[in-house]
Amino acid sequence: MYTVSDLRKGLTITIDDEPYIVIAFEFTKPGKGQALYRTRLRNMVNGTIIDRTYRSGDTLEPAALEQRSMQYLYHEGGVYHFMDTQTYEQFGISEEALGDAKNYLIDNLTVDVLFFRGEPIGVNVPNFVNLRVVKSAPWAKGDTSSSDMKTVTVETGYELRVPPFVNEGDLIQIDTRTGTYVTRVKE
Amino acid sequence: MNWRLASRKRALVIRAAVLQAIREFFIARGYLEVETPQRIPAPAPEAHIDAIPADGWFLQTSPELCMKRLLAAGYPRIFQICHCWREGERGSRHIPEFTMLEWYCAGSDYHGLMDECEALIQSVARRMGYGDKLVYQGKEVELSSPWPRLSVEESFSRYAKVSMAQALECDLFDEIMVRDIEPHLGVSQPAFLYDYPATRGALAHLRPDKPSVAERFELYIAGLELANGFSELTDAAEQRARFLRDETYRRSLGKRPYPIPEKFLAELGEMPPSAGIALGIDRLVMLFVDAASIDEVVAFTPEEL
Repeated sequence: MYTVSDLRKGLTITIDDEPYIVIAFEFTKPGKGQALYRTRLRNMVNGTIIDRTYRSGDTLEPAALEQRSMQYLYHEGGVYHFMDTQTYEQFGISEEALGDAKNYLIDNLTVDVLFFRGEPIGVNVPNFVNLRVVKSAPWAKGDTSSSDMKTVTVETGYELRVPPFVNEGDLIQIDTRTGTYVTRVKE
Repeated sequence: MNWRLASRKRALVIRAAVLQAIREFFIARGYLEVETPQRIPAPAPEAHIDAIPADGWFLQTSPELCMKRLLAAGYPRIFQICHCWREGERGSRHIPEFTMLEWYCAGSDYHGLMDECEALIQSVARRMGYGDKLVYQGKEVELSSPWPRLSVEESFSRYAKVSMAQALECDLFDEIMVRDIEPHLGVSQPAFLYDYPATRGALAHLRPDKPSVAERFELYIAGLELANGFSELTDAAEQRARFLRDETYRRSLGKRPYPIPEKFLAELGEMPPSAGIALGIDRLVMLFVDAASIDEVVAFTPEEL
Protein backbone atom coordinates (compact mmCIF):
# COMPACT_ATOMS: atom_id res chain seq x y z
CA MET A 1 0.00 0.00 0.00
CA TYR A 2 1.25 3.48 -0.84
CA THR A 3 0.39 6.67 1.05
CA VAL A 4 0.03 10.04 -0.66
CA SER A 5 3.56 10.98 0.41
CA ASP A 6 4.79 8.27 -2.00
CA LEU A 7 3.11 10.03 -4.94
CA ARG A 8 5.46 10.99 -7.77
CA LYS A 9 5.51 10.99 -11.54
CA GLY A 10 5.68 7.44 -12.89
CA LEU A 11 4.10 5.72 -9.86
CA THR A 12 1.63 3.01 -10.91
CA ILE A 13 -1.53 2.46 -8.87
CA THR A 14 -4.81 0.55 -9.10
CA ILE A 15 -8.17 2.31 -9.42
CA ASP A 16 -11.34 0.25 -10.03
CA ASP A 17 -9.23 -2.82 -10.83
CA GLU A 18 -7.28 -1.09 -13.62
CA PRO A 19 -3.66 0.09 -13.60
CA TYR A 20 -2.99 3.86 -13.79
CA ILE A 21 0.29 5.75 -14.03
CA VAL A 22 0.84 9.18 -12.46
CA ILE A 23 1.76 11.55 -15.31
CA ALA A 24 1.54 14.85 -13.39
CA PHE A 25 1.52 15.60 -9.72
CA GLU A 26 1.27 18.76 -7.61
CA PHE A 27 1.18 19.40 -3.87
CA THR A 28 -1.20 22.21 -3.00
CA LYS A 29 -2.68 23.72 0.14
CA PRO A 30 -5.38 26.39 0.02
CA GLY A 31 -5.11 29.04 2.78
CA LYS A 32 -5.68 27.44 6.21
CA GLY A 33 -7.00 24.36 4.41
CA GLN A 34 -5.77 20.82 4.19
CA ALA A 35 -2.91 19.53 2.07
CA LEU A 36 -4.12 18.20 -1.27
CA TYR A 37 -2.25 16.18 -3.87
CA ARG A 38 -3.59 16.84 -7.35
CA THR A 39 -2.71 14.13 -9.82
CA ARG A 40 -3.25 13.48 -13.50
CA LEU A 41 -3.39 9.76 -14.18
CA ARG A 42 -3.28 7.73 -17.39
CA ASN A 43 -5.09 4.43 -17.62
CA MET A 44 -2.32 2.07 -18.73
CA VAL A 45 -4.73 -0.19 -20.64
CA ASN A 46 -6.90 2.19 -22.67
CA GLY A 47 -4.93 5.47 -22.36
CA THR A 48 -7.79 7.48 -20.80
CA ILE A 49 -6.56 10.43 -18.74
CA ILE A 50 -8.26 11.32 -15.47
CA ASP A 51 -7.65 13.88 -12.71
CA ARG A 52 -7.80 12.76 -9.09
CA THR A 53 -7.21 14.75 -5.93
CA TYR A 54 -5.98 13.00 -2.80
CA ARG A 55 -5.78 14.26 0.78
CA SER A 56 -2.96 13.64 3.21
CA GLY A 57 -3.66 10.35 4.96
CA ASP A 58 -5.22 8.73 1.88
CA THR A 59 -3.77 5.40 0.77
CA LEU A 60 -3.29 4.07 -2.75
CA GLU A 61 -3.14 0.52 -3.97
CA PRO A 62 -0.09 -0.37 -6.09
CA ALA A 63 -0.88 -1.53 -9.64
CA ALA A 64 -0.96 -5.32 -10.08
CA LEU A 65 1.70 -5.45 -12.77
CA GLU A 66 4.19 -8.13 -13.69
CA GLN A 67 7.68 -6.94 -14.68
CA ARG A 68 10.03 -8.61 -17.13
CA SER A 69 13.53 -7.41 -17.89
CA MET A 70 13.90 -6.80 -21.65
CA GLN A 71 16.15 -5.16 -24.18
CA TYR A 72 14.94 -2.29 -26.38
CA LEU A 73 15.46 -3.12 -30.08
CA TYR A 74 14.00 -0.49 -32.47
CA HIS A 75 10.84 1.43 -33.28
CA GLU A 76 8.83 1.52 -36.45
CA GLY A 77 5.48 3.06 -37.30
CA GLY A 78 4.80 4.23 -33.74
CA VAL A 79 5.50 0.82 -32.23
CA TYR A 80 8.53 0.18 -29.98
CA HIS A 81 9.93 -3.35 -29.99
CA PHE A 82 11.50 -5.15 -27.03
CA MET A 83 13.06 -8.61 -26.60
CA ASP A 84 13.08 -10.90 -23.59
CA THR A 85 16.80 -11.68 -23.25
CA GLN A 86 16.04 -15.11 -21.78
CA THR A 87 13.35 -16.45 -24.11
CA TYR A 88 14.12 -14.22 -27.15
CA GLU A 89 10.38 -13.49 -27.34
CA GLN A 90 9.59 -10.09 -28.89
CA PHE A 91 6.85 -7.64 -27.89
CA GLY A 92 5.64 -4.33 -29.36
CA ILE A 93 4.37 -1.39 -27.32
CA SER A 94 2.68 1.68 -28.83
CA GLU A 95 4.23 5.13 -28.51
CA GLU A 96 1.16 6.37 -26.57
CA ALA A 97 1.44 3.57 -24.03
CA LEU A 98 5.13 4.35 -23.48
CA GLY A 99 4.47 8.01 -22.65
CA ASP A 100 7.62 9.88 -21.55
CA ALA A 101 9.63 6.64 -21.42
CA LYS A 102 10.16 6.85 -25.19
CA ASN A 103 12.41 9.88 -24.60
CA TYR A 104 14.98 7.66 -22.90
CA LEU A 105 15.04 4.54 -25.10
CA ILE A 106 18.41 4.04 -26.76
CA ASP A 107 19.38 0.87 -28.62
CA ASN A 108 20.11 -2.13 -26.39
CA LEU A 109 18.95 -0.35 -23.21
CA THR A 110 17.65 -2.86 -20.65
CA VAL A 111 14.29 -1.86 -19.16
CA ASP A 112 11.50 -3.46 -17.17
CA VAL A 113 8.49 -4.13 -19.40
CA LEU A 114 5.21 -4.05 -17.48
CA PHE A 115 2.53 -6.67 -18.13
CA PHE A 116 -1.11 -6.46 -17.09
CA ARG A 117 -3.09 -9.70 -17.51
CA GLY A 118 -0.45 -11.02 -19.90
CA GLU A 119 -0.31 -7.93 -22.17
CA PRO A 120 2.70 -5.56 -22.31
CA ILE A 121 1.38 -2.09 -21.45
CA GLY A 122 4.41 0.03 -20.61
CA VAL A 123 7.99 0.14 -19.39
CA ASN A 124 9.89 1.29 -16.35
CA VAL A 125 13.07 3.16 -17.24
CA PRO A 126 15.91 3.71 -14.74
CA ASN A 127 15.62 6.93 -12.65
CA PHE A 128 18.74 8.29 -14.35
CA VAL A 129 19.90 7.82 -17.93
CA ASN A 130 22.91 9.20 -19.83
CA LEU A 131 22.15 10.58 -23.29
CA ARG A 132 24.32 12.35 -25.85
CA VAL A 133 23.54 15.90 -27.01
CA VAL A 134 23.15 15.87 -30.79
CA LYS A 135 21.88 19.41 -31.38
CA SER A 136 22.35 22.62 -29.44
CA ALA A 137 20.67 25.95 -30.19
CA PRO A 138 23.01 28.93 -30.19
CA TRP A 139 22.96 30.78 -26.90
CA ALA A 140 23.57 34.50 -26.51
CA LYS A 141 25.32 35.43 -23.29
CA GLY A 142 23.23 37.81 -21.25
CA ASP A 143 19.96 36.33 -22.49
CA THR A 144 18.37 36.57 -19.06
CA SER A 145 14.80 36.09 -20.27
CA SER A 146 15.44 32.36 -20.44
CA SER A 147 16.94 32.20 -16.91
CA ASP A 148 20.35 31.43 -18.39
CA MET A 149 19.30 28.06 -19.82
CA LYS A 150 19.21 26.82 -23.42
CA THR A 151 17.42 24.05 -25.32
CA VAL A 152 19.26 21.02 -26.68
CA THR A 153 18.20 17.82 -28.44
CA VAL A 154 19.55 14.45 -27.30
CA GLU A 155 20.04 11.28 -29.36
CA THR A 156 16.47 10.02 -28.79
CA GLY A 157 15.03 13.27 -30.22
CA TYR A 158 14.02 14.51 -26.78
CA GLU A 159 14.44 18.26 -26.18
CA LEU A 160 15.25 19.73 -22.79
CA ARG A 161 16.64 22.83 -21.05
CA VAL A 162 20.26 22.73 -19.95
CA PRO A 163 22.86 25.21 -18.62
CA PRO A 164 24.72 27.19 -21.30
CA PHE A 165 28.03 25.35 -20.88
CA VAL A 166 26.61 22.08 -22.28
CA ASN A 167 27.87 21.51 -25.84
CA GLU A 168 26.96 19.35 -28.81
CA GLY A 169 28.59 15.94 -28.33
CA ASP A 170 28.46 16.09 -24.51
CA LEU A 171 27.01 13.16 -22.57
CA ILE A 172 24.46 14.39 -20.00
CA GLN A 173 22.58 12.71 -17.18
CA ILE A 174 18.78 13.15 -17.14
CA ASP A 175 16.37 12.43 -14.29
CA THR A 176 13.63 10.44 -16.04
CA ARG A 177 11.09 11.16 -13.28
CA THR A 178 11.13 14.87 -14.05
CA GLY A 179 12.67 14.87 -17.52
CA THR A 180 15.25 17.41 -16.38
CA TYR A 181 19.01 17.84 -16.72
CA VAL A 182 21.13 16.69 -13.78
CA THR A 183 24.79 16.96 -14.73
CA ARG A 184 27.38 16.60 -17.47
CA VAL A 185 28.95 13.13 -17.52
CA LYS A 186 32.75 12.94 -17.71
CA GLU A 187 33.97 10.34 -20.20
CA MET B 1 30.85 26.03 -9.97
CA ASN B 2 27.36 25.01 -8.81
CA TRP B 3 25.38 26.10 -11.90
CA ARG B 4 21.99 25.83 -10.17
CA LEU B 5 23.04 28.35 -7.54
CA ALA B 6 24.77 30.55 -10.09
CA SER B 7 21.75 30.56 -12.41
CA ARG B 8 19.59 32.10 -9.68
CA LYS B 9 21.57 35.34 -9.54
CA ARG B 10 18.96 37.46 -11.32
CA ALA B 11 16.21 36.12 -9.03
CA LEU B 12 18.26 36.80 -5.89
CA VAL B 13 19.03 40.36 -6.99
CA ILE B 14 15.29 40.98 -7.54
CA ARG B 15 14.54 39.34 -4.20
CA ALA B 16 16.88 41.72 -2.36
CA ALA B 17 15.28 44.73 -4.08
CA VAL B 18 11.78 43.52 -3.12
CA LEU B 19 12.81 43.23 0.55
CA GLN B 20 14.32 46.72 0.43
CA ALA B 21 11.17 48.19 -1.17
CA ILE B 22 8.93 46.55 1.45
CA ARG B 23 11.00 48.03 4.29
CA GLU B 24 10.86 51.50 2.73
CA PHE B 25 7.06 51.26 2.35
CA PHE B 26 6.46 50.39 5.99
CA ILE B 27 9.00 52.77 7.47
CA ALA B 28 7.46 55.64 5.45
CA ARG B 29 4.08 54.72 6.98
CA GLY B 30 5.36 54.85 10.55
CA TYR B 31 5.64 51.09 11.11
CA LEU B 32 8.27 49.68 13.46
CA GLU B 33 10.26 46.71 12.20
CA VAL B 34 10.45 44.02 14.88
CA GLU B 35 12.11 40.64 15.29
CA THR B 36 10.54 37.98 17.51
CA PRO B 37 11.97 34.54 18.39
CA GLN B 38 11.67 31.89 15.72
CA ARG B 39 11.76 28.99 18.19
CA ILE B 40 8.71 29.12 20.42
CA PRO B 41 7.15 26.88 23.09
CA ALA B 42 3.64 26.75 21.59
CA PRO B 43 2.43 27.56 18.08
CA ALA B 44 -1.22 28.45 17.41
CA PRO B 45 -3.02 25.09 17.19
CA GLU B 46 -4.40 25.40 13.67
CA ALA B 47 -6.05 22.34 12.20
CA HIS B 48 -3.94 22.00 9.05
CA ILE B 49 -0.62 23.68 9.87
CA ASP B 50 2.11 21.44 11.28
CA ALA B 51 5.05 22.86 13.20
CA ILE B 52 8.53 21.31 13.17
CA PRO B 53 9.74 20.35 16.68
CA ALA B 54 12.98 21.96 17.86
CA ASP B 55 14.52 20.71 21.09
CA GLY B 56 11.25 20.50 23.04
CA TRP B 57 9.85 23.69 21.51
CA PHE B 58 8.78 24.40 17.91
CA LEU B 59 10.01 26.40 14.95
CA GLN B 60 7.39 29.08 14.33
CA THR B 61 4.79 28.48 11.65
CA SER B 62 4.17 32.25 11.74
CA PRO B 63 5.24 35.10 14.07
CA GLU B 64 1.57 35.78 14.81
CA LEU B 65 1.37 35.11 18.55
CA CYS B 66 4.52 37.05 19.52
CA MET B 67 3.57 39.99 17.30
CA LYS B 68 0.12 40.17 18.89
CA ARG B 69 1.71 40.25 22.34
CA LEU B 70 3.69 43.30 21.19
CA LEU B 71 0.46 44.85 19.90
CA ALA B 72 -1.16 44.25 23.29
CA ALA B 73 1.85 45.89 24.96
CA GLY B 74 1.32 49.15 23.06
CA TYR B 75 3.12 48.78 19.72
CA PRO B 76 0.31 49.83 17.34
CA ARG B 77 2.04 49.49 13.94
CA ILE B 78 4.60 46.71 13.53
CA PHE B 79 6.00 44.61 10.70
CA GLN B 80 8.39 41.68 10.50
CA ILE B 81 10.18 39.80 7.73
CA CYS B 82 11.19 36.37 8.99
CA HIS B 83 11.54 32.71 8.20
CA CYS B 84 8.71 30.31 9.08
CA TRP B 85 8.61 26.52 8.95
CA ARG B 86 5.78 24.17 8.09
CA GLU B 87 6.25 20.44 8.12
CA GLY B 88 5.44 18.44 5.00
CA GLU B 89 4.70 21.39 2.73
CA ARG B 90 6.64 20.92 -0.50
CA GLY B 91 5.49 21.67 -4.03
CA SER B 92 6.11 24.17 -6.79
CA ARG B 93 4.57 26.89 -4.57
CA HIS B 94 5.50 25.48 -1.16
CA ILE B 95 8.77 25.03 0.64
CA PRO B 96 9.07 23.92 4.29
CA GLU B 97 11.24 26.93 5.22
CA PHE B 98 9.91 30.11 3.66
CA THR B 99 9.98 33.86 4.18
CA MET B 100 6.97 35.64 5.59
CA LEU B 101 6.13 39.32 5.82
CA GLU B 102 3.67 39.91 8.61
CA TRP B 103 2.24 43.26 9.71
CA TYR B 104 -0.30 44.49 12.25
CA CYS B 105 -2.17 47.75 12.50
CA ALA B 106 -4.18 48.79 15.56
CA GLY B 107 -7.49 50.47 14.80
CA SER B 108 -7.72 48.94 11.32
CA ASP B 109 -9.92 46.13 10.04
CA TYR B 110 -9.70 43.65 7.19
CA HIS B 111 -10.98 46.08 4.56
CA GLY B 112 -8.38 48.64 5.72
CA LEU B 113 -5.71 45.97 5.34
CA MET B 114 -6.86 45.11 1.82
CA ASP B 115 -6.30 48.80 0.93
CA GLU B 116 -2.85 48.76 2.51
CA CYS B 117 -1.90 45.47 0.85
CA GLU B 118 -2.89 46.92 -2.54
CA ALA B 119 -0.77 50.02 -1.86
CA LEU B 120 2.21 47.90 -0.74
CA ILE B 121 2.32 45.76 -3.87
CA GLN B 122 1.82 48.76 -6.16
CA SER B 123 4.62 50.58 -4.35
CA VAL B 124 7.01 47.61 -4.60
CA ALA B 125 6.17 47.12 -8.30
CA ARG B 126 6.87 50.80 -9.05
CA ARG B 127 10.18 50.74 -7.19
CA MET B 128 11.13 47.63 -9.14
CA GLY B 129 10.39 49.52 -12.37
CA TYR B 130 7.35 47.45 -13.37
CA GLY B 131 4.83 50.29 -13.33
CA ASP B 132 1.19 49.25 -13.38
CA LYS B 133 1.57 46.05 -15.40
CA LEU B 134 3.11 42.71 -14.63
CA VAL B 135 3.52 39.74 -16.94
CA TYR B 136 3.50 36.41 -15.13
CA GLN B 137 3.84 33.16 -17.06
CA GLY B 138 2.56 34.78 -20.22
CA LYS B 139 -0.44 36.43 -18.55
CA GLU B 140 -0.69 40.19 -18.18
CA VAL B 141 -1.90 41.49 -14.81
CA GLU B 142 -3.08 45.10 -14.44
CA LEU B 143 -1.95 46.47 -11.07
CA SER B 144 -3.72 49.85 -11.01
CA SER B 145 -6.52 50.40 -8.47
CA PRO B 146 -9.15 49.38 -7.61
CA TRP B 147 -8.62 45.63 -7.24
CA PRO B 148 -11.84 43.58 -7.28
CA ARG B 149 -13.10 42.12 -4.00
CA LEU B 150 -15.20 38.99 -4.10
CA SER B 151 -16.77 37.18 -1.15
CA VAL B 152 -16.10 33.47 -0.84
CA GLU B 153 -19.83 32.84 -1.16
CA GLU B 154 -19.95 34.83 -4.44
CA SER B 155 -16.89 32.98 -5.75
CA PHE B 156 -18.67 29.64 -5.26
CA SER B 157 -21.83 30.82 -7.03
CA ARG B 158 -19.73 32.26 -9.85
CA TYR B 159 -17.21 29.46 -10.47
CA ALA B 160 -18.35 26.27 -8.72
CA LYS B 161 -21.25 23.91 -9.34
CA VAL B 162 -22.26 23.91 -5.68
CA SER B 163 -22.78 26.68 -3.11
CA MET B 164 -20.30 27.42 -0.30
CA ALA B 165 -22.76 25.93 2.21
CA GLN B 166 -23.09 22.71 0.20
CA ALA B 167 -19.31 22.44 -0.22
CA LEU B 168 -18.83 22.76 3.54
CA GLU B 169 -21.55 20.23 4.23
CA CYS B 170 -19.95 17.54 2.08
CA ASP B 171 -16.43 18.47 3.25
CA LEU B 172 -15.26 19.47 -0.23
CA PHE B 173 -14.53 23.16 0.44
CA ASP B 174 -10.75 22.88 -0.13
CA GLU B 175 -10.99 20.63 -3.19
CA ILE B 176 -13.48 22.94 -4.94
CA MET B 177 -11.47 26.01 -3.96
CA VAL B 178 -8.29 24.58 -5.49
CA ARG B 179 -9.85 23.01 -8.57
CA ASP B 180 -12.69 25.33 -9.61
CA ILE B 181 -12.12 28.73 -7.99
CA GLU B 182 -8.43 29.57 -7.50
CA PRO B 183 -7.52 29.33 -11.22
CA HIS B 184 -9.93 32.23 -11.92
CA LEU B 185 -8.62 34.55 -9.22
CA GLY B 186 -6.43 37.53 -9.97
CA VAL B 187 -6.02 36.60 -13.64
CA SER B 188 -6.22 40.02 -15.31
CA GLN B 189 -6.15 42.04 -12.06
CA PRO B 190 -5.17 41.06 -8.51
CA ALA B 191 -8.25 39.98 -6.53
CA PHE B 192 -9.23 39.78 -2.89
CA LEU B 193 -11.37 36.88 -1.75
CA TYR B 194 -13.04 37.73 1.58
CA ASP B 195 -15.52 36.56 4.25
CA TYR B 196 -14.37 32.99 4.78
CA PRO B 197 -16.54 30.44 6.59
CA ALA B 198 -16.22 30.97 10.36
CA THR B 199 -14.45 27.61 10.75
CA ARG B 200 -11.68 28.75 8.36
CA GLY B 201 -10.33 31.62 10.42
CA ALA B 202 -8.94 30.25 13.68
CA LEU B 203 -7.79 33.64 14.97
CA ALA B 204 -10.16 35.92 13.06
CA HIS B 205 -13.00 38.06 14.33
CA LEU B 206 -16.48 36.96 13.15
CA ARG B 207 -18.64 39.45 11.28
CA PRO B 208 -21.01 40.97 13.87
CA ASP B 209 -23.90 41.11 11.36
CA LYS B 210 -23.15 37.65 9.91
CA PRO B 211 -21.45 35.33 12.42
CA SER B 212 -21.31 32.46 9.91
CA VAL B 213 -18.32 34.17 8.29
CA ALA B 214 -14.96 35.38 9.58
CA GLU B 215 -13.54 38.79 8.66
CA ARG B 216 -10.70 37.18 6.76
CA PHE B 217 -9.36 37.66 3.23
CA GLU B 218 -6.81 36.25 0.83
CA LEU B 219 -5.03 38.04 -2.00
CA TYR B 220 -4.57 36.27 -5.33
CA ILE B 221 -2.42 37.46 -8.21
CA ALA B 222 -2.30 35.40 -11.42
CA GLY B 223 -3.74 32.41 -9.56
CA LEU B 224 -1.01 32.61 -6.88
CA GLU B 225 -2.27 32.86 -3.30
CA LEU B 226 -0.11 35.63 -1.83
CA ALA B 227 -1.50 36.94 1.46
CA ASN B 228 -3.92 36.08 4.22
CA GLY B 229 -5.27 38.78 6.53
CA PHE B 230 -8.03 39.33 9.04
CA SER B 231 -9.63 41.49 11.66
CA GLU B 232 -8.16 40.05 14.82
CA LEU B 233 -10.14 38.21 17.42
CA THR B 234 -9.53 39.97 20.76
CA ASP B 235 -11.84 37.87 22.94
CA ALA B 236 -9.52 35.62 24.97
CA ALA B 237 -12.28 33.25 26.12
CA GLU B 238 -13.48 32.70 22.56
CA GLN B 239 -9.87 32.28 21.37
CA ARG B 240 -9.24 29.64 24.06
CA ALA B 241 -12.38 27.74 23.05
CA ARG B 242 -11.26 27.74 19.39
CA PHE B 243 -7.73 26.61 20.29
CA LEU B 244 -9.14 23.75 22.36
CA ARG B 245 -11.48 22.75 19.54
CA ASP B 246 -8.70 22.82 16.93
CA GLU B 247 -6.29 21.00 19.24
CA THR B 248 -8.88 18.26 19.83
CA TYR B 249 -9.31 17.97 16.08
CA ARG B 250 -5.53 17.82 15.56
CA ARG B 251 -5.18 15.05 18.15
CA SER B 252 -8.08 13.11 16.58
CA LEU B 253 -6.00 13.00 13.38
CA GLY B 254 -3.05 11.63 15.33
CA LYS B 255 -1.05 14.85 14.92
CA ARG B 256 1.67 15.96 17.34
CA PRO B 257 0.08 17.70 20.37
CA TYR B 258 0.77 21.39 21.00
CA PRO B 259 0.64 23.06 24.42
CA ILE B 260 -1.93 25.88 24.72
CA PRO B 261 -0.15 29.26 24.34
CA GLU B 262 -1.13 30.54 27.79
CA LYS B 263 0.94 33.76 27.85
CA PHE B 264 -0.59 34.82 24.55
CA LEU B 265 -4.12 34.13 25.83
CA ALA B 266 -3.42 36.03 29.07
CA GLU B 267 -2.39 39.16 27.13
CA LEU B 268 -4.87 38.92 24.26
CA GLY B 269 -7.58 40.76 26.24
CA GLU B 270 -5.36 43.86 26.27
CA MET B 271 -4.90 43.86 22.51
CA PRO B 272 -6.67 46.80 20.84
CA PRO B 273 -9.02 46.10 17.91
CA SER B 274 -6.59 45.52 15.05
CA ALA B 275 -5.98 43.80 11.77
CA GLY B 276 -3.03 41.65 10.75
CA ILE B 277 -1.78 40.00 7.60
CA ALA B 278 0.85 37.53 6.44
CA LEU B 279 2.30 37.72 2.93
CA GLY B 280 4.52 35.09 1.31
CA ILE B 281 7.69 36.84 0.18
CA ASP B 282 8.89 33.93 -1.95
CA ARG B 283 5.68 33.94 -3.98
CA LEU B 284 5.80 37.73 -4.38
CA VAL B 285 9.33 37.36 -5.74
CA MET B 286 8.07 34.58 -8.07
CA LEU B 287 5.75 37.19 -9.64
CA PHE B 288 8.52 39.73 -10.23
CA VAL B 289 10.99 37.10 -11.48
CA ASP B 290 8.26 35.43 -13.61
CA ALA B 291 9.26 32.12 -11.99
CA ALA B 292 7.01 29.08 -12.35
CA SER B 293 8.44 27.43 -9.23
CA ILE B 294 9.41 28.65 -5.76
CA ASP B 295 12.70 26.77 -6.25
CA GLU B 296 13.83 29.48 -8.66
CA VAL B 297 13.63 32.31 -6.11
CA VAL B 298 15.35 30.86 -3.03
CA ALA B 299 19.13 30.59 -2.73
CA PHE B 300 18.89 26.93 -1.66
CA THR B 301 16.08 24.39 -1.72
CA PRO B 302 16.08 21.83 1.12
CA GLU B 303 17.04 19.14 -1.40
CA GLU B 304 20.23 21.07 -2.22
CA LEU B 305 21.50 21.24 1.37
